[in-house]
Amino acid sequence: MFEILEKKILAPGVKLIKVKAPLISQKALAGQFVVIRVYDKGERIPLTIADKDEKEGSITIVFQEVGKTTKLLGKLEKGEYILDVVGPLGKPSDIDKYGVVIGVGGGVGIAALFPILKALKSCGNYVISIIGGRSKEYVIFKDEIENIVDEAYITTDDGTLGRKGLVTDVLKELLEGRKIDRIWAVGPTIMMKVVSDVTRPYNVPTIVSLNPIMVDGTGMCGGCRVTVDGKIKFTCVDGPEFDGHLVDFDELLLRLKTYKEEEMLALKTLEESEANRIESFKD
Amino acid sequence: MKVLKTKTPMPEQPVEERIRNFDEVALGYTEEQALIEASRCLQCKDAPCIKGCPVNIDIPGFIRLIKERRYDEAIKKIKETNNLPATTGRVCPQENQCEALCTLKRVGEPVAIGRLERFVADLELKKGIEIPKIEKKYNKNVAVIGSGPAGLTVAGDLAKKGINVSIFEAFHEPGGVLIYGIPEFRLPKRIVRAEIEYVKNLGVNIYTNVVVGRTITIDELLKEYDAVFIGTGAGAPQFLNIPGENLVGIYSANEFLTRVNLMKAYRFPEYDTPIKIGKRVGVIGGGNVAMDAARTAIRLGAEEVHVLYRRTEEEMPARYEEIIHAKEEGVRFNFLVAPVKFIGDENGKVIGIELQRMMLGEPDSSGRRRPIPVPNSNFFFPLDMVIVAIGTIPNPLISMTTPDLAISKHGTIIIDETTGKTSKERVYAGGDIASGAATVINAMGAGKISARSIIKYLLREN
Repeated sequence: MFEILEKKILAPGVKLIKVKAPLISQKALAGQFVVIRVYDKGERIPLTIADKDEKEGSITIVFQEVGKTTKLLGKLEKGEYILDVVGPLGKPSDIDKYGVVIGVGGGVGIAALFPILKALKSCGNYVISIIGGRSKEYVIFKDEIENIVDEAYITTDDGTLGRKGLVTDVLKELLEGRKIDRIWAVGPTIMMKVVSDVTRPYNVPTIVSLNPIMVDGTGMCGGCRVTVDGKIKFTCVDGPEFDGHLVDFDELLLRLKTYKEEEMLALKTLEESEANRIESFKD
Repeated sequence: MKVLKTKTPMPEQPVEERIRNFDEVALGYTEEQALIEASRCLQCKDAPCIKGCPVNIDIPGFIRLIKERRYDEAIKKIKETNNLPATTGRVCPQENQCEALCTLKRVGEPVAIGRLERFVADLELKKGIEIPKIEKKYNKNVAVIGSGPAGLTVAGDLAKKGINVSIFEAFHEPGGVLIYGIPEFRLPKRIVRAEIEYVKNLGVNIYTNVVVGRTITIDELLKEYDAVFIGTGAGAPQFLNIPGENLVGIYSANEFLTRVNLMKAYRFPEYDTPIKIGKRVGVIGGGNVAMDAARTAIRLGAEEVHVLYRRTEEEMPARYEEIIHAKEEGVRFNFLVAPVKFIGDENGKVIGIELQRMMLGEPDSSGRRRPIPVPNSNFFFPLDMVIVAIGTIPNPLISMTTPDLAISKHGTIIIDETTGKTSKERVYAGGDIASGAATVINAMGAGKISARSIIKYLLREN
């Protein structure tokens, strides 16, 4: 059982929790993730570690409520427990002194990008961040990131914060203007695909952090397999970070849709059981 | 007295019922049936059957006790050497082991040793398991990695001797392949849980959600423990590495079975983990795991389940009993075919497989006749779901993070088979992680060897 020490709402449907997990906290490095299971009938899902506090023995997880499991997780309050948390899983980010590095983040991926940028900065890189969201309230971790990077850019679809447009608009301009040594892109799969497409002609190494469907997270099922450079790779043990120029994103996007109907059904059952509970309260 | 030539038949759930549920197929002997079967045992002085048992159960000894209706003593006799009798009584390939050497085979069928083992083990589970008294406790601590058959055996044997044992399990539930791999209808999870409860009651601590190699390393464990046993199995699935293998609807057997067994996807949406089930399911492979996957697919409601195997029935590594059960349940077998590539639709879903016909050539290193491709024999075989069950290999997480542990080119940990010792001081290994994918009982046998040598090392005794 893993206690929730802190909980914050970062944006509509986006929550941050700090979880007591001393062993994981000691080991976790930028780029790694955990697999959680909320309750005894729950599904195992992977979530990226956004931060950690070794002294407190905690890790921070940021998630968006999209399916049943993340909705149930979002209902847990400070002082309550998550049944299972296992990690840190996956290979850590390959942190080194590259020179000028851009971090591109979208959605909850911004939180996952944060520890990577922090590690890159402390390694002596010149770090530029480009983070974006639908509108102002969806741009999470703004201050945390601005505090550690050398240059920060923000884009929103509706122009309510930073520049109106997409993260890739800013990225293109930066790539035109100066020499960039490496790029990290963390966010929705489609964003990472577009970023990889944008950087390809410039030949700038582009690292993406994939988030496919997973069961165990330790290499025993192969559900998270992706094609990288024509070969089968398991995201959980060979990744989650890969060279974005070699990832078959179209295949990954199709695989992510595998359980679409089942996910809708699970969500519907959850909503119905809640409606029933509210009804029974009325009686 | 004339000896009955055939085994007392095992009562089973009728086919038409069992294909619609996940309940156990083999129902177990009644007392009467057990007594009849036990009476067949000739009590051979030289007990050839024991030589076939990887954990050296005193087989004539426990069968004699059954004959005398001393069931409590019979299970005690088994448990002298076997910590998981209700499991092995169900899943051991007795036909290749103890029963293969039974004297009765000369005149007919061997004694149904496995069924008798199961009978007394189940009887004990029903009555409540007796925990043996541990005479002396030692201030010695051993870490066991993995809670499958090898790990549970080592842990049980060490705990009985008075050594403190902690098991580290990566999953949220202990049991390893007994929980995630072998289906409910062949090995009910309540049986596995009861056997694990027994090991826990011997004083063993089990820590779940710990991935050794990630959460903690072998070297860190060695700082806190006097010895470490690695029993992490062969948990990594192999794929065919042919085009189209990442299409939606293609599963490794490990993923398919883990979703269904461990995560209870067969009870979705009551349980949250989903599983897709096709109308026409193909299972590639001819081993026990392939049979488990095929029979599971039948129960999930697939209209047709086709096993695709590149040799013939004779070379299939699956237990004969499993092949028979699969056939009874409607699984169809397609022999002498090998997959060439998978074919998908515009949504990336699998719609079929291109197969090539094979013929049998000379025997290969495994002693089985090698399949040879027949030229220009490729054909399309429509399927909307595929389960790849062509074997598993060791998970590399521990070898990757333990640089001074000697690893073979197959990824297995190299051990001295007579002691379980690895190249690293105070580190032992056994089961599939050392042998490559094998059986539950072989892993348990290897666990016993390691337990013996750990005891010898820690307590300086034999």
